[in-house]
Amino acid sequence: MAERRLRPTWITVRLHHLPVSFKLDRRVPLIAFALLILTVIVLVVSINYGAYNMSPLDVVQTLTGTLPADHPNARNFNLVVHTFRLPRILVAFLVGAALATSGAIMQGITRNPLAEPGILGVTAGAGLAAVTLIVAVHDVPLSLLPWAAFGGAMLTTAAVYALAWKGGSAAPVRLILIGVAFAAVLGSLTTFVLIFGEIHDVQQAYVWLTGSVYGRNWEHVRTLAGWLLILLPLAFVSARSLNALNLGDEIAQGFGVRVERQRAVLLVISVGLASAAVAIAGTIGFVGLVAPHITRRLVGPAHEGMLPITALFGGALLVLADLISRWVLAPSELPIGIITALIGAPYFLFLLVKYQK
Amino acid sequence: MAAQVKLVQSASTRILGSRAWLLPGLFLCLLLLGVLLLWSITLGAADITPQVVYTALFHYDATQFDQLIIQTVRLPRVLAGVIVGAALAVAGAIMQGLTRNPLADSGLLGINAGAAFAVVLAITLLDTPSLSLYTVAALIGAGVAAVFVYGIGALGGGATPLRLTLAGVIFTAFISSITTAILIQNQETLEQIRFWTAGSLAGRDFAIIAQTVPLIAVGLGAALLISRQITTISLGEDVAAGLGQNTLIVKLVAALAVVLLAGGAVALAGPIGFVGLVIPQVARFLVGADYRWIIPYSALIGGMLVTLADVAARVILRPLELPVGVMMALVGAPFFIYLARWKVRR
Repeated sequence: MAERRLRPTWITVRLHHLPVSFKLDRRVPLIAFALLILTVIVLVVSINYGAYNMSPLDVVQTLTGTLPADHPNARNFNLVVHTFRLPRILVAFLVGAALATSGAIMQGITRNPLAEPGILGVTAGAGLAAVTLIVAVHDVPLSLLPWAAFGGAMLTTAAVYALAWKGGSAAPVRLILIGVAFAAVLGSLTTFVLIFGEIHDVQQAYVWLTGSVYGRNWEHVRTLAGWLLILLPLAFVSARSLNALNLGDEIAQGFGVRVERQRAVLLVISVGLASAAVAIAGTIGFVGLVAPHITRRLVGPAHEGMLPITALFGGALLVLADLISRWVLAPSELPIGIITALIGAPYFLFLLVKYQK
Repeated sequence: MAAQVKLVQSASTRILGSRAWLLPGLFLCLLLLGVLLLWSITLGAADITPQVVYTALFHYDATQFDQLIIQTVRLPRVLAGVIVGAALAVAGAIMQGLTRNPLADSGLLGINAGAAFAVVLAITLLDTPSLSLYTVAALIGAGVAAVFVYGIGALGGGATPLRLTLAGVIFTAFISSITTAILIQNQETLEQIRFWTAGSLAGRDFAIIAQTVPLIAVGLGAALLISRQITTISLGEDVAAGLGQNTLIVKLVAALAVVLLAGGAVALAGPIGFVGLVIPQVARFLVGADYRWIIPYSALIGGMLVTLADVAARVILRPLELPVGVMMALVGAPFFIYLARWKVRR
């Protein structure tokens, strides 16, 4: 006991020139460091893997630009790494970070450990919009899909939120149940739209619906990075009110949090992150469900440290899933969403058993 | 854990106030269903008068074109609709009673998705698309999914509506993504299956109806047999146990009935959601909390609703046709939202 009092379980961070101070769990720096190393390893291994053989050292040298200029394969290495592999892997990383953070926020707002971005109909809305576009316009260019998906996701969430709003509050239970209803009806409409498509388009739509990072390029990376640069810091800043909301509306109000306003703000951030991810890579499930759980076990429930760790972890997880999706049926590849489902569902099972009382 | 959710249900408010009305009401429903059936048979691309329907049914003459249409196209379809509606509605009623969960429905709880997955898997692996294959696969899939979802929903300290719904949603997400994985790899199966996965009554013939009717009949029989016990369980498991009921056996029989009903319905028409959600609520509204009446009423009203939905699905976008599953989602989702918004109390 005495030792425990001497070594508090948190670290207080204060900035000297800015009015900022927050507490981090003591485990955060160590875990963050370990995760960073892990992420780098996964990234390098993932870039290393593929039909074109190169050594891990070559990968690192190509990435850092320290490849000797007279290296015989310099041009090939640059092409393979910078044009083919790096963009899709970065997209996977960013998508994972976005979905994981979105899921963490969603679980915090709804006070439900089983919530995930798809639960508010975000994914279903994006899916319907994108599939309609794929089927209505032949061989639709990939660049158009994100906009449709984003619009669909936003519209759906707005509708769910509006319908859940009653008596001056959008109670989490209503948000979830109405979200589920929307997901069901939109999903059924998606199936309906698919009936009209040419079989080739339908197959493309199915790939998109399961989630895939195949063929993503630097433009996708830039778009997604732009969104994340805005939304992730906002999420991190809101961590404290998320902590309060997580304790229940009444307690949060007691802390002086404007419950409805903060919930709406956090909802917009969460949905924004999820829609940006879905828009670029399709509906990849389970990352937003699983990643926050694991990181909560690692660094505790306080969101100040937990959100950034979750983002990092989600990114690494999806890079890994992408690697597996290319490896399992090589040389053909599975959509990444199937891999995340295969990893995520057993974990979900474990989760439900764990919550046994 | 999350807030407890309870649906505000008052057993005393029912439309058919006196018990004396319950039996005549049932006959009235039967009559209505009959009229609805005949009416929906007359609707379609070719105009057919009720007289012709009557002759086709009772003095069938295969040389008459109109009568041929009725016997081979419309009658099977309409019958399939009634059977599917009744089966899904009763399955929903049992699940709602058993889990005391007003939001239970075979679509939302992942049972339909499980059946769909099994059918896709069977078609892909066995490569012989036969009717009995569909049925067996759907049954197995429905059974496994039902046990699984209820199991994980109930494990963590009681199957509250929220937990069950979430377990169902996540199971559906998981199993559909595997279904999709199979379909992506296999264009042929995709072509065969994609209309079926939307839930449709088009092109059903007597052969497949004959396949599924026995299953559904057994399921309905079992449901009626244990309806009294379901009423007791719906008051709370402690109450049922206190009254000397063997709740385990009742639950097993009920689960079997649900699997037969939902699996049979999915084999017949593909995954159709929301019937099992909406109809038992309507039935409860009419007859109160007694499952001896809720179950037969659910069967009849379910039959009516799906018949109506199929008529609407055929008429709205003529000459195009909406799958009846989509139609049901369009009708059912607003109802679900209504329940979630106004009837769920924390």
